[in-house]
Amino acid sequence: MSGREQILGRIRRALADAGPAPEIPRDYLRTHGDRTPDATADLLAAHLTEYRATVHRAAGDAVAPLLARLLAERGARSVLVPAGLPPHWLAAADQVRIDDRSDSTPYELDAVDSVVTGCALAIAETGTIVLDGGPGQGRRRISLVPDHHICVVRVPDQVVDSVPQAVALLDPTRPLTWISGPSATSDIELDRVEGVHGPRTLEVVLLTAQ
Amino acid sequence: MTGTGGTGPGAPTDLGMPGFPPFPAAAREAVRDDTLRANLRRATHTIRDKRARAVAELADWEQLRAAGKAVKDHTLRHLDRYLIQLEAAVTAAGGTVHWAVDAAEANRIVTDLVLATGEREVVKVKSMATQETGLNEALEAAGIAAYETDLAELIVQLGHDRPSHILVPAIHRNRGEIRDVFAAEMGRWGRPAPGGLGDDPRELAEAARLHLREKFLRAKVAVSGANFMVAETGTMVVFESEGNGRMCLTLPETLISVVGIEKVVPTFRDLEVFLQTLPRSSTAERMNPYTTMWTGLGPSQGAESDGPTAFHLVLLDNGRTDTLADEVGRQALRCIRCSACLNVCPVYERAGGHAYGSVYPGPIGAILSPQLRGTASEIDASLPYASTLCGACYEVCPVAIDIPEVLVHLRERVAQGGPVTREGIRVRIRPARGHTAERAAMRAARLLLDHPGALRAGERLLARARRLRPRRLPGPGRAWTDSRELPPVPAEPFRDWWARERGGRA
Repeated sequence: MSGREQILGRIRRALADAGPAPEIPRDYLRTHGDRTPDATADLLAAHLTEYRATVHRAAGDAVAPLLARLLAERGARSVLVPAGLPPHWLAAADQVRIDDRSDSTPYELDAVDSVVTGCALAIAETGTIVLDGGPGQGRRRISLVPDHHICVVRVPDQVVDSVPQAVALLDPTRPLTWISGPSATSDIELDRVEGVHGPRTLEVVLLTAQ
Repeated sequence: MTGTGGTGPGAPTDLGMPGFPPFPAAAREAVRDDTLRANLRRATHTIRDKRARAVAELADWEQLRAAGKAVKDHTLRHLDRYLIQLEAAVTAAGGTVHWAVDAAEANRIVTDLVLATGEREVVKVKSMATQETGLNEALEAAGIAAYETDLAELIVQLGHDRPSHILVPAIHRNRGEIRDVFAAEMGRWGRPAPGGLGDDPRELAEAARLHLREKFLRAKVAVSGANFMVAETGTMVVFESEGNGRMCLTLPETLISVVGIEKVVPTFRDLEVFLQTLPRSSTAERMNPYTTMWTGLGPSQGAESDGPTAFHLVLLDNGRTDTLADEVGRQALRCIRCSACLNVCPVYERAGGHAYGSVYPGPIGAILSPQLRGTASEIDASLPYASTLCGACYEVCPVAIDIPEVLVHLRERVAQGGPVTREGIRVRIRPARGHTAERAAMRAARLLLDHPGALRAGERLLARARRLRPRRLPGPGRAWTDSRELPPVPAEPFRDWWARERGGRA
């Protein structure tokens, strides 16, 4: 008998005495608190900051000079660019552009200084940005290997209040990466240290239309 | 190479901890270790206070807890159906599903998969399931080096040590000890620690970053666990903080995930509950820094490919279906491994994780290990007693496992024997050795309580002989008096006192 049949058989015998399955109560809240879109964006900024991400704000075309400045301040010489990133975002940046390609090796990614991505959405209550590999986000590894990640969030249309709202909008068949602050560990005497294996610096740009 | 103990292929499982002394003996050693106790006390108190604040932020915590409990109970009730659905979804998304009845079979499957790639090293992201099966030792026996990549797991592995906490496996080590381990051992595994390494956590984390980056960038095969598996979509979910999980899950060409069958949930929507309760219960954060979700090989291949080009899921039983067969004990399978119960447990705080002799320490380990491995060994028979039944573990559990209820249930089984399921077969076990004296005492008590005359006579005899009271009991009672003072015998039985003082009144 295969392992599969053995395990399924054991499960069925184990449950021979079991009663009906319980209903799942869904009376938990969809959001925690009632906020205006501006207040939601402020909460996102506050929670991102608390987890040691750096938050910037820009409106409309001001995103280009802001990104150019952030890359320059970092001293970046090269920047990873995922397919579908709005071209005008990096119009003012003079770093060497590296395209996100399926055949680039981890060593090549490790040699890149910074990466700029968009996101699928951001969650205010938890200070989380979610990437789903859609346009402007690239493969999962590009927001992982370079040490400096700049993520642009469109406000208010990409910001949701809560985890349940986010889950309802996401497509689980896409590769999903949820990011809440930069890489961190508390494994040594519970002292929080930012930056272990992921990017040690996470900068989030909250971009409004005007 | 690791000190996590374990088994070779074909050996019976021992949850990674062979031949360990029973809990009372191990705990006695631990409570004498002042450094260990201080480390544990500071860590558990810090994290439990933070957790309470994180939980208090959510006004609907009790509703989320009830939902999490119900999702898990519902899944367990139809576990066969959801596993078949999961298998179909993973397969449709380009993955391959394997079923492992026990540790030996899981290790054999993983070893064969690694050997088939032609590689001789793997990177691993925190997987308690593979610690449970002793995978690292099995791989080593096949000539494959397995590198743990979680910082705490690295500390444990380099230190030839064993994990002592679910979330913070090196909680028993302080920074000075970690510095010494890194300085002495990193060079034997790869990139050595920088010269003059200090004991600042920042410096130590940087040394780990450099040491492990070398391995991440060249690794072709990774082994992971998973926090959740979604039946309807085949989506796998890993919660982590450092990015070592993302490195393992996205850079290598082949990914092998070994996951206990109880980790499945029915729908993607169900994750909205655990994404709120797990981080707050474990690291006391609103959200852990990184969560990765992937479904097979993803929606497309070729130019769009994202992540490994081969994905294997090994579904592990290893005692879980036996646990499912126990009406009271099956609730332990709800566990989402948050570790909140460890941090509030007065026994864990003093004894430390090693005393539990299993990869699953603390209150949850005290009910999970004896069910996964049975109660035949001395350590497993002692685990249901490693508790004061204070109930704090139940209060904090985000899936409302009534740990005290299961502890009492398992104590009864150890002391009295009874029907259990082992390896899928219904058997009746005998009372564990060492509990015969307890049963004899209970039988004697019943006799005395059923015969008031005999009790009265016995009490009077005892009162008269009270000066002869020994400090320690002989025979099987000695273990009890090893750690306790024998209470003094009163000069007069209570019932005589009552009859004399109050007996005449109405």
